[in-house]
Amino acid sequence: MSTPAPAPSDEVNIEVNGVPMKARKGQMLIQVTDANEIYVPRFCYHEKLPIAANCRMCLVEVEKAPKPMPACATPVAEGMKIFTKSPKAIAAQKSVMEFLLINHPLDCPICDQGGECELQDLAMGFGRDVSRYNERKRVVKDKNLGPLVSTDMTRCIHCTRCVRFTQDVQGFQELGTVGRGESTEIGTFIEKSVDHELSANIIDLCPVGALNNKPYRYRARAWEMTQHPLVSPHDSVGTNIYAHVLRGKVMRIVPRPNEEVNETWIADRDRFSFQGVYSEDRLQKPLIRENGVWQETDWETALAITAERLGRVAKQHGGAQIGALASPSSTLEELYLLAKLARGLGTANIDHRLRRSDFRDEASDPVAPLLGCSIAELEQANAVLVVGANLRKDVPIIAHRIRKAAIAKGAKVSFVNPQRYEYLFPVANYCASNGLHMFDHLVGIAAAAAAATGKSAPESVAALVVSAQPSDAHKAIAAQLSDGSRRLVLLGAIAQRDPAFADLRLVAAAIAELTGATLGYLPEGGNAVGAHMAGVLPGRSTGGKAVQAAGLNVADMFAARLKAYIVLGGIEPQHDIASPAALEAFKSAEFVVALSPYATAKEYAHVVLPIGTFAETSGTYVNLEGRWQSVPGAAKPVGESRPAWKVLRVLGNLSNLPAFDYVSSDQIADEVRKQVAEGSGAAPKAAARTLQSKLALAAPPAGNDVPLYQIDAVVRRSPALQETQEAQRGQGEA
Amino acid sequence: MSDPTHSPPAGGGLSEHARHEIDHWLTKFPPDRKRSAVLAALRTVQHENNGYLTKESMDAVAEYLGLPPIQVYEVATFYSMFETKPVGRHAISVCTNISCMLCGGDDILAHVEKRLGIKVGESTVDGRFYLKKEEECLAACNNAPMMMVDHVYYENLTTEKVDEILDRHK
Repeated sequence: MSTPAPAPSDEVNIEVNGVPMKARKGQMLIQVTDANEIYVPRFCYHEKLPIAANCRMCLVEVEKAPKPMPACATPVAEGMKIFTKSPKAIAAQKSVMEFLLINHPLDCPICDQGGECELQDLAMGFGRDVSRYNERKRVVKDKNLGPLVSTDMTRCIHCTRCVRFTQDVQGFQELGTVGRGESTEIGTFIEKSVDHELSANIIDLCPVGALNNKPYRYRARAWEMTQHPLVSPHDSVGTNIYAHVLRGKVMRIVPRPNEEVNETWIADRDRFSFQGVYSEDRLQKPLIRENGVWQETDWETALAITAERLGRVAKQHGGAQIGALASPSSTLEELYLLAKLARGLGTANIDHRLRRSDFRDEASDPVAPLLGCSIAELEQANAVLVVGANLRKDVPIIAHRIRKAAIAKGAKVSFVNPQRYEYLFPVANYCASNGLHMFDHLVGIAAAAAAATGKSAPESVAALVVSAQPSDAHKAIAAQLSDGSRRLVLLGAIAQRDPAFADLRLVAAAIAELTGATLGYLPEGGNAVGAHMAGVLPGRSTGGKAVQAAGLNVADMFAARLKAYIVLGGIEPQHDIASPAALEAFKSAEFVVALSPYATAKEYAHVVLPIGTFAETSGTYVNLEGRWQSVPGAAKPVGESRPAWKVLRVLGNLSNLPAFDYVSSDQIADEVRKQVAEGSGAAPKAAARTLQSKLALAAPPAGNDVPLYQIDAVVRRSPALQETQEAQRGQGEA
Repeated sequence: MSDPTHSPPAGGGLSEHARHEIDHWLTKFPPDRKRSAVLAALRTVQHENNGYLTKESMDAVAEYLGLPPIQVYEVATFYSMFETKPVGRHAISVCTNISCMLCGGDDILAHVEKRLGIKVGESTVDGRFYLKKEEECLAACNNAPMMMVDHVYYENLTTEKVDEILDRHK
């Protein structure tokens, strides 16, 4: 046999349909044909799942092989000749299709999958137009898998994609193949819902209409809707999603594949939160409170009153009596304009860190709370120490990447948390409270790292480290963090909300310094990084530049009982703000304007301006890698609500502020980008703090952990998410 | 509940003997392949529980072997040797595969059904007999037709012989 060219050792030469191509050793045929855009039909094969080879739809002819071979489970070999469309291959594929259709019901007209069904598509290409099957078709009882996924199990073709997803991606097999032969069924055997935070991805994986989107059931047809790219605002991952829109209304959310961010997965929270866009308490028109009575009004009046009242407070009491607060899930443009408006009114009291309570060393905050590597690079991590995060619930996509690192690469993943959270992967060390504050664990790890590396601990923690008694777990974590090329210490949302966050960070930074690991953050809110970039901070302006006179942070703004507040982005104080004084401070203020989609703002505001949610406004989100993602709006805003950036722009105009004439959100984003580029790396250096004594704090107060489906106002309004076991459990505890 | 860490202590529902038996089987497989012992574990547990498996006993096996319960349910429902519902004391399997079919296996089955007043897959009301669902070939073609009662083969059957065999099982 003559080989055309001496191939590198891991490369083989094969021929597909007469075209020579190169493949890597160990690749399966279907991976090579997919890479070369040669279509091979399939049901069970999915690039993100382990290979099952049980649907047999991908049979192809291989030269010298006596029978057609499944392309998904046949590894390439040197000189292999493959024919994907030869009469033998087509005949095999058609026969498989005939078998698959034996028991599949002909209910496409009432099936939600109709029009986007892999079986329907392939039946067009490979099916016979008349069935030779005259016997009775089997019927399978539907399973109740909970409020997110609907089932029509008679349609199931047993590809087992869903089973493999629960086993290999979720990490805990919830679905299985029960029974055998003709009585084989996919199910849970006992009555139970699928509960994982990524579980609804089985809807997209299912190639037929067996598993479908329950809230979307019978709402629309795939071909009637238009598809619009969006970014999910609920966590700092910046998950890419598509909104499918019918007559201006979002009908459902599906993943927008992006290998660098969310691969092909989205969290259930990203998929079903949009229901909150259409909750009953969405505001239709601007509201003003006159003599204690709420009245609907037009935009002109509401905006004029707002500008006038804010101006009056600034004039009578000084701009410093105004506070501006933003949800960290707002768009970059909204955040930037809010900060610009506030500064224009003469105040530096601007903040978005609503659930943070410890601001002692906010001057040492980084320019932005970044992860410290790209999301994809997490998979290459050797060791990760997560401090204060319920990882799976806070950032499901990050948890999935770290899980892959732990399973595929044997990464040593350790946790320091106030309590034990479940992780469906091997955890190297878990330091749960056990009567100790997270701080004590960190000091132990720092001491162990100092002892192991022989370096002297940084001055900031030196006094503490000397007297610390590291446990075996602390020593193991220190050793693991010192070993390998990519090591991370990540501060999660629970740490950032901790009343001793400043101290936690100081020790975490010392651990990173001693071990050579990178210190990173898992901020909360879809745009926490964007808010830092846009200068929604009391001490920094756009791009992290220090301001002349720092304003009040969120906690101090409430302690100071300001005369006026501007509140942006569906903030509900009892859920979203750590400071218990928030509601009282709002109520005792002279004037509060809330830019909110929801009527709950009536509780504390004098004027409520209805704004669009994430699905109804164009804008930019900067995720925890520092990735800028701009998307156009997808849906028509409900009622008379308007995108918040337009509302803020008009308020700027009415307040006679200069340079407020934007015509598009892109224009605003460009302005921010330019200022960020100018101010890069300009974060002020803070004076070094030194920790002398052990914390006087007991274990952190309960309630620091925000349940998965309570994270923001939109999520809290999704009936489907609130019906999940997860949400019900959360309510039981609260 | 999906959470393996929230479960009760390992082996909670298993008898001393069952645990001993499973441990014995576990020694035959690599330590990370505990799933391989599922068949042996289920057989032991079924024997101790009047010939069928309960959800609790399957969960106990899953717990003991460190498997998601569904993986145990899958095995228990796949193999015809395992029952997941209460059944009669004596399990009867009448072969109706090709050789037995040619030699009158279907008549034997019809006779058993008529005599016991049940259909395949059912148990008699008095809990005495359980007529198992269609078995595949039991590999006694040379002496067809045949049936199996409580793991014992009875071959070259006639209806008279069947009556006599069934009478012997109380």
